[in-house]
Amino acid sequence: MTIRMDNRFAALKAEGRPALITYFMGGDPDFETSLGIMKALPGAGADIIELGMPFSDPMADGPAIQMAGQRALKGGQTLAKTLELARRFRESDAETPIVMMGYYNPIYVYGVERFLDDAIASGIDGLIVVDLPPEMDDELCIPALAKGVNFIRLATPTTDDKRLPAVLKNTSGFVYYVSMNGITGSALPDPSLVSGAVNRIKGHTALPVCVGFGVKTADHAKAIGAAADGVVVGSAIVSQIAGSLTKDGKAGPDTVAAVATLVRGLATGVRAARLVAAE
Amino acid sequence: MNETPKPNSFRAGPDEDGRFGIFGGRFVAETLMPLILDLQGEWEKAKNDPAFQAELADLGAHYIGRPSPLYFAERLTEHLGGAKIYFKREELNHTGSHKINNCIGQILLAKRMGKTRIIAETGAGQHGVASATVAARFGFPCVVYMGATDVERQAPNVFRMKLLGAEVIPVTAGNGTLKDAMNEALRDWVTNVDDTYYLIGTAAGPHPYPEMVRDFQSVIGTEARAQLLEAEGKLPDVVIAAVGGGSNAIGIFHPFLDDQSVKIVGVEAGGRGLQGVDHCASITAGSPGVLHGNRTYLLQDGDGQILEGHSVSAGLDYPGIGPEHSWLHSIGRAEYVPIMDQEALDAFQVLTRLEGIIPALEPSHALAEVIKRAPKMGKDEIILMNLSGRGDKDIFTVAKILGMEV
Repeated sequence: MTIRMDNRFAALKAEGRPALITYFMGGDPDFETSLGIMKALPGAGADIIELGMPFSDPMADGPAIQMAGQRALKGGQTLAKTLELARRFRESDAETPIVMMGYYNPIYVYGVERFLDDAIASGIDGLIVVDLPPEMDDELCIPALAKGVNFIRLATPTTDDKRLPAVLKNTSGFVYYVSMNGITGSALPDPSLVSGAVNRIKGHTALPVCVGFGVKTADHAKAIGAAADGVVVGSAIVSQIAGSLTKDGKAGPDTVAAVATLVRGLATGVRAARLVAAE
Repeated sequence: MNETPKPNSFRAGPDEDGRFGIFGGRFVAETLMPLILDLQGEWEKAKNDPAFQAELADLGAHYIGRPSPLYFAERLTEHLGGAKIYFKREELNHTGSHKINNCIGQILLAKRMGKTRIIAETGAGQHGVASATVAARFGFPCVVYMGATDVERQAPNVFRMKLLGAEVIPVTAGNGTLKDAMNEALRDWVTNVDDTYYLIGTAAGPHPYPEMVRDFQSVIGTEARAQLLEAEGKLPDVVIAAVGGGSNAIGIFHPFLDDQSVKIVGVEAGGRGLQGVDHCASITAGSPGVLHGNRTYLLQDGDGQILEGHSVSAGLDYPGIGPEHSWLHSIGRAEYVPIMDQEALDAFQVLTRLEGIIPALEPSHALAEVIKRAPKMGKDEIILMNLSGRGDKDIFTVAKILGMEV
């Protein structure tokens, strides 16, 4: 199952540019619209898709992603339906890696083994579970790795050199560097600090290091992408969806197109990133 | 179901990973992991430091007013016609509830750790008031997150916190109750990792909080056990306490856990009844899940989404419970029962009229269970109940329900 992810990073390396990793919330604002969004992402320039699993109590997320989760849950989204979203996407795209991102409780309640089997059957390549630090690896990380599903770990500014080896030990696919202490959707951090942190992590691992939290525009993507193997954009996409909805919170006529437009712009940013780095 | 083997002691938990059986643990974002490891290290040092313990005891005696009295409720006992009823009078503590025991302990830790800012979550406002109080006493700025619904129904406590210099931030997410306040406090902590100490008010959250809060609150049971032995020459037959997150309950239970003859009863908020979702009986009507850093019994739907719950008592209005309670339930050492809003309100009035004590709505739930049990017990038997808070903060809520003007 790690083949799609490895192939994608190998191809990007050959191309000499960082990955654009796009996050959206599964089921926001409804199942069919979010399937439309997901299908539009690769064409708009997304290299890897982060598929958000809505949770009622997202403790590390800012208002934009909190509200996206609430919209999805209100629209009837469940973990089973988020897996179904991936399966439907795979009918027409066998290449783009999909990473499911969220919190542990819905997976725990679904049942870890059953979840992993269904995730594999749905074409999932990796998992990011915010509230499972390395101390909790027996819960999901080890079973996932045993079945060949990548477990992508978050490293943060509070993860010091002493702790990094433990954080990286069972990480696979890529390392997600959270560029600041805080919740999703906060302001962009200083790119020079980010590049120092990425280099620090690279001193401990051969895995690609991707950076998220705070990236909203093509310029941000370009600046952050100069230092990293990938740039993650989440809150900006989710806010774009929110801004396209009708007054009563339903999908608008341009919801999918609005997301595609934003992602095309971000894709330009990452494609310019290595030119900056080479200067 | 596998039969869980009985441990040699019920007081030895948690293990080094913070687990009580399958419950507890450290389910937090990576950003917070180094912080809770630091806290654990500092707590290990502090609890074995005689100077720390001496300062805690001194503040307990002169600031909180410990030991709190053990009171024989003579008229209530007579009225119910069965077991002798004793109250551990935690409502007489400074700030009016047991919450201050934990706050004093944690503020001393915050000081040791060189933190300069305190954050806290609160439901009924008792923990918020206690946090604001110790923050004032030790000169820390303090931010209290409180659900918007609770801000409205616990107005006197909101005013107290403001008087004490705390900033109260109403949380509108979700139903605007304790769960949402805790989410928002965690978001603050994740953002302000360097200077901020998160003063959790109940025996829940990631390790080491459940153990640490329990240890600070165990003074309740330790005192009560000695006081009752002094008064009656024997241990109680039953110990009863209300359980929201469960800090007052674990505080009085823990010192009795290895006394096999003592029955332990936790009282959950049954709200408007257990059939629907209008209750907070996590153990009686919930299932195991992971929220706010620990695995424990939760109110949740089939998809693992957390439900809001309901209780007339803001302090019990939480869809989870401390992990040690989940464990005590799972191994059968403690029994957890629901009490409905109406039963608690009735008990509130009984105590007020018979003993001249206005209890908070939280211990009124425990009292309702006492009222059910005492008449069925012998006159030589003893019930010990934790009267964990006073009811001044609840008079507006009660007046509204009784249709009276304040």
